[in-house]
Amino acid sequence: MAAILDALKAATDGHVADATAEDHVAGVPAQWVASPGSTAETSALLTAAAAHGLTVVARGAGTKLAWGAAPESVDLVVDTTRMSHVVEHAAGDLVVVAGAGRSLDDLERDLASADQRLGIDPPRRGTLGGAVATGATGPGRLFHGAVRDLLIGVRFVRADGVAAHAGGKVVKNVAGYDLGKLLTGSFGTLGVITEVAFRLHPNPAAQRWVTGPASEPSRIQQLASALAHSQLALSAVELDRSADDSSVAVLVEGTGPGVEHRAAEATRLMGEGSHETDTPPDWWGTEPASPSGVLVKVTHEIARLGTLLEALDAAAATTGLRVALRGSPAVGTALVGLAGLDGDDLAAAVHGFVAHLRAGAAAFGGSVVVLEAPPEVRDGLDVWGPVEALDLMRAVKDRFDPERRLAPGRFVGGI
Amino acid sequence: MDALGLAGPLRAALGTHKILTDHQELRTYECDGLAHYKVTPALVVLAESTEDVAATVRACAEHGIPFVARGSGTGLSGGALPRADGVLIVMSRMRRILEIDAANQRAVVEPGVINLQLTREAQPTGYYYAPDPSSQQVCSIGGNVAENSGGAHCLKYGFTANHVTGVEFVTPAGEVVHIGGKAPDAPGYDLLGAVVGSEGTLGIATQATVRLTRSPEEVKTLLAAFPDTDQAGAAVSAIIGAGVIPAAIEMMDALAIEAAEAAVQCGYPAGAGAVLIVELDGPAAEVAHQFDEVEGYCRANGAFEIRIAADDAERALFWKGRKSAFAAVGRISPDYIVQDGVIPRTSLPEVLRRISEISRDAGVRVANVFHAGDGNLHPLVLFDDANEGEAERAEEVSGAILDLCIQHGGSITGEHGVGSDKAKYMPRMFSDEDLDTMQLVRCAFDPASISNPGKVFPTPRLCGEVPGRHKGPHPLVAAGKAELF
Repeated sequence: MAAILDALKAATDGHVADATAEDHVAGVPAQWVASPGSTAETSALLTAAAAHGLTVVARGAGTKLAWGAAPESVDLVVDTTRMSHVVEHAAGDLVVVAGAGRSLDDLERDLASADQRLGIDPPRRGTLGGAVATGATGPGRLFHGAVRDLLIGVRFVRADGVAAHAGGKVVKNVAGYDLGKLLTGSFGTLGVITEVAFRLHPNPAAQRWVTGPASEPSRIQQLASALAHSQLALSAVELDRSADDSSVAVLVEGTGPGVEHRAAEATRLMGEGSHETDTPPDWWGTEPASPSGVLVKVTHEIARLGTLLEALDAAAATTGLRVALRGSPAVGTALVGLAGLDGDDLAAAVHGFVAHLRAGAAAFGGSVVVLEAPPEVRDGLDVWGPVEALDLMRAVKDRFDPERRLAPGRFVGGI
Repeated sequence: MDALGLAGPLRAALGTHKILTDHQELRTYECDGLAHYKVTPALVVLAESTEDVAATVRACAEHGIPFVARGSGTGLSGGALPRADGVLIVMSRMRRILEIDAANQRAVVEPGVINLQLTREAQPTGYYYAPDPSSQQVCSIGGNVAENSGGAHCLKYGFTANHVTGVEFVTPAGEVVHIGGKAPDAPGYDLLGAVVGSEGTLGIATQATVRLTRSPEEVKTLLAAFPDTDQAGAAVSAIIGAGVIPAAIEMMDALAIEAAEAAVQCGYPAGAGAVLIVELDGPAAEVAHQFDEVEGYCRANGAFEIRIAADDAERALFWKGRKSAFAAVGRISPDYIVQDGVIPRTSLPEVLRRISEISRDAGVRVANVFHAGDGNLHPLVLFDDANEGEAERAEEVSGAILDLCIQHGGSITGEHGVGSDKAKYMPRMFSDEDLDTMQLVRCAFDPASISNPGKVFPTPRLCGEVPGRHKGPHPLVAAGKAELF
């Protein structure tokens, strides 16, 4: 043990500590936490981890660390937050390169000086590396695209300690395989991301939100479809729905006069009860309330939102759970929170709820993933659900991490 | 069994009319859009269905025979260059648009569907297919998927990779798999991100689900003439710096304009050292406002003539000069190399000056056409193959331009792909470790290296078994002909 600790310290200039209860990953205790300060240190660290056969989980701010299945074991947590420097902000080229451990909030401040932004706005604002590893997005996805669409370059360290990069720092680039996309949403199972390059966008001169009521699934569907089909070039369309209250809000961005005109048009389109504001509604870009601690991600074809909402209502009625949803209906993603039960009743109800939704998933054309749940709920639950092309995914994992040491068991199909 | 030996079994399985072995017929397929590389394939399969593709690939896999997929054959990097010892699988007969699902903003197409055809079919519903390579009248969507094709409008709308949400895909083992679909974020690795742009080295897409984009309310296009490329470049920087994201900003220099005039009489302003085409699209209320801004930046940076397209016909005329530029160069030079480098946009003035120095020192003319908004240069290096040594000098100039792009933090290819042509340049951009890591993906999909081998990667590499399952050295490794990865 002492020899291992020495090796980890040698790799990271002494930045290793014994893990505490706060370093658990989804309830699984860890042995050590190491904080490398560079790609080179990360490479040395993972080389040492490989030599000693350690299982490794990468961590940024830890805001989404409990997402996915619980890892089978965690010998070493690799904390990326010392890699938090901005390598380059090429404002004229609308590109930023930064350490994976830089927080989204810090980066936002860096970019504000140039009146620019990174279009990644997940509800849980951790680090850049964490956003990439989980692929987490927010309302801005409609305009900016997903994390994969904004990531133009990546540097990372493989399980065997080899450091590699793909992409670059220009937006248009088709040289070599786009490993950045493969790493996006891979939950730390293919490598430890150390540096990322993103495409940026200029801040708009003006913003306005329009919010209106809509509660029945058919009415929400109709409204979402009308907004998606409009030529208003909306930056975001968001839905907030719970048993008590339900509304749709859109974000209009652009030039002052343009926004004024388009927001008025959106208000007309959204009908009675809708109104314009200069600030977002308070629920905008946040997660739905989930007193149960269960957070479910659901995707759907955009024209089948109504079907999804009906399926959610039916699953709630069957299981006795209450559902709160925040979604991006013009993109086809939603987060669902659950309430109304606890203890053993909760576990059984959530399992039933998920099974019910998955049984109807073909009708809304999407998938159902339990991102987060208390251990007793997660127990015996396939959080990822059915996965297509799993053999190819396993083959990729086998090549990148043949010893299964990076977050083993956290990802789809036990990867 | 060799590739030609597959003819009999494939005729029996697929039908005689789909298999070509006649030498003259095979020669039709000896090159793609990069015509100076030519290889006659041993056998051509004209696939008409997913099952045709899967059966052909299975037969290849069984006998370790390489295969190459080909769409319309318009690629400019030799990505569809056949193998003399392999099978060429031609996808152009699979050209059905299976579904235009406007409500879901998706279309499902076979890979042989022509890019522009999809836009034409979708337009009555108010949607179009955004990626628009200059060859869009003839290039296929399957080829676009393989190459991650761009186009003039990807500045605002992104590349093929941003518009493909699902594929049906034949793996190099001949299995049919489905990746993604109409909904986003299918659980698991983003295999789609690996497959799109992999240049046929990971398998063959037999169907693609693509995003349809809502047609903009307004499109406005201007053509501005500048005394030189420096001033045109400054105008581009001013426009982008002001926070405007045009749908496209294209630039041509004097030599490229001369060629375009000779070929298509596009009537660009006389005496221009550079022209910019700037297109804005979106809600009318936004476009009107931003268009005035753009016009102002052009004038402030020395534009001596600005024309605004009054209608679609005039817009088409502006674009005609630009989109025909590659072919038009044939009017002023018997031979030419089309380059495809990328630089950070802010390096544009410096890089253009360096290109002109390289051109002058080597005595080789270079015409410049480029997607100025995203720094994607298409220098056209002119030469006459009839004069001894000119081709070699042109090749050197072309390579020097790529080095220049890499020095400035750019890329050796922005949209044409690596293919056969640029595999040798990959080590200038990527370390051995980078290339080895990309090779891990290749090995996961295609451990036998039979799917378009020899493209993208500079050195032939073999996939070792996953550790723990080792058998013994591969004969090629033992013979020193390949390195084991």
